[in-house]
Amino acid sequence: MISYWAILSARFRSLLQYRSAALAGLITQVVWGLIRVMIFQAFYRSTNAEQPMSGSDVETYIWLGQAFLAALPWNIDTDLRALIRSGWIGYELVRPVDLYWYWLSRALSWRTAPMLMRAVPLLVFAFVLMGMSPPVSVGAGLAFAVSMCAAIVLSSAITTFLNVTMLWTITGDGITQMTFGLVLIFSGMLVPLPLYPDWSQPIINAMPFRGLVDTPYRLYLGHIPLSEFAGVLAHQLVWILTFVVAGRIAMARALRRVVVQGG
Amino acid sequence: MNVLDSLYVYRRFLGVSIRAQMQYKASFFMQLGGRLIITAGEFMAILVLFDRFDSLIGWNVYQVAFIYGIVNISFAVADALTTGFDLFGDMVKSGDFDRILTRPRSTALQLAGQELTLRRISRLTPGLLALTWATMNLELNWTVANVGLLMVSVAGGASLFAGLIVLQATLAFWTTETLEMMNTMTYGGVETTQYPINIYRPWFRNLFTFGIPLATVSYFPALAIMGVPDPLGTPLWFQYVAPLIGIGFLLMSLQVWRIGVRHYLSTGS
Repeated sequence: MISYWAILSARFRSLLQYRSAALAGLITQVVWGLIRVMIFQAFYRSTNAEQPMSGSDVETYIWLGQAFLAALPWNIDTDLRALIRSGWIGYELVRPVDLYWYWLSRALSWRTAPMLMRAVPLLVFAFVLMGMSPPVSVGAGLAFAVSMCAAIVLSSAITTFLNVTMLWTITGDGITQMTFGLVLIFSGMLVPLPLYPDWSQPIINAMPFRGLVDTPYRLYLGHIPLSEFAGVLAHQLVWILTFVVAGRIAMARALRRVVVQGG
Repeated sequence: MNVLDSLYVYRRFLGVSIRAQMQYKASFFMQLGGRLIITAGEFMAILVLFDRFDSLIGWNVYQVAFIYGIVNISFAVADALTTGFDLFGDMVKSGDFDRILTRPRSTALQLAGQELTLRRISRLTPGLLALTWATMNLELNWTVANVGLLMVSVAGGASLFAGLIVLQATLAFWTTETLEMMNTMTYGGVETTQYPINIYRPWFRNLFTFGIPLATVSYFPALAIMGVPDPLGTPLWFQYVAPLIGIGFLLMSLQVWRIGVRHYLSTGS
């Protein structure tokens, strides 16, 4: 357990070094958030009909999405890819730790550190200048925090699964792009999920991706009441377990037939 | 003679690049699939929102799809043709740009021909579909002038995006790094101008009309073709000439590029 913690914190500290990239990312996301907020405001100005989510809730949802964007499973670990390409992956195999948990620990810090660097200043900006609202209650805030942690673990489990597929494909770009496309559409990043057509709600709710974005944000807004907290958290946990098991099985299969490249 | 020769060299460059990409077929098609899901998702978002809200301050879904189509087709063309400029920062860092300077062809041409990334064309598909679908539902009056205007605005749009990408690369002459932030102007520009710009706040709308003139190659000509009077009150003649601004922008960017090349100092590695 201690060794996984050490991997996690060492990786975390090395990722915190990239500050100028974080600043550039921050500005990009502020602009992006502004564009999206203005588009949704225009749509809400065009109607008097009751909507499944209020305009101000949508704005807060968008800013949360920009703040926590880097926590989504949007890329693969290029360091691991370099190891697989060069054949140095062989060294990874002789380490006295379970390779799956080792990779998952890496993924956890890879999803958390860059996200934290962007989230804090972006949230400050959105609160002070954009009128973003705080959690609807203390209970909602706590539920959000727990669910957001689950979201990061879910994202890391998906990332690790994608990393494992590199043991077969070596590049991993294709499957990552396809996964990220599905994440954007079905997590709520593109359009908050309650605004999708009513008939599609049961399908979208069954999929794993809402656990990355929609579940924690709507807990924050009180749009999912606290009475449903246990249910939505269970949904996240079931999908985390699914991706962990799938990742472990895929990794075990791959390692049985591993051929180390390079000399 | 000179132009023909350039075109010939350019075609050869592209042929090599396409054959290289086809060496990894499975990876190529999966990446193409992934890109298609993302770009199709963006258009689907527009459909979902119109399904909920019926109108966007007076605009209907076909009119927005029409503007979306023009912007995305323009960007797809520009993006595919300028991959070399995206890689330019790395070339300056590694010193590879020196090699390009020694060849008897213009630097801009060589960079443009560096790579034609086929998967970038994926953006073209939803753009074309949206434009076709909008055209079938809008009952447009296809006069010769309007067909010409559509073509000029796509050409102007592609030029404008290409100009932005060239400017972004030019910065690397001074910073040895292409700034990620500049992507906000290109991708953010696509995101912004695929909706009618009168929906935005005035300062933001002005930024994309006068600062980065993306509205001049999409919104204004689209109004003229659709025969919709501009809620912002611009006259019809302006809507016809506006896309030329995009071509002017590219020519200006290439001038700035030349200044950059003249000031280039190799990193020496």
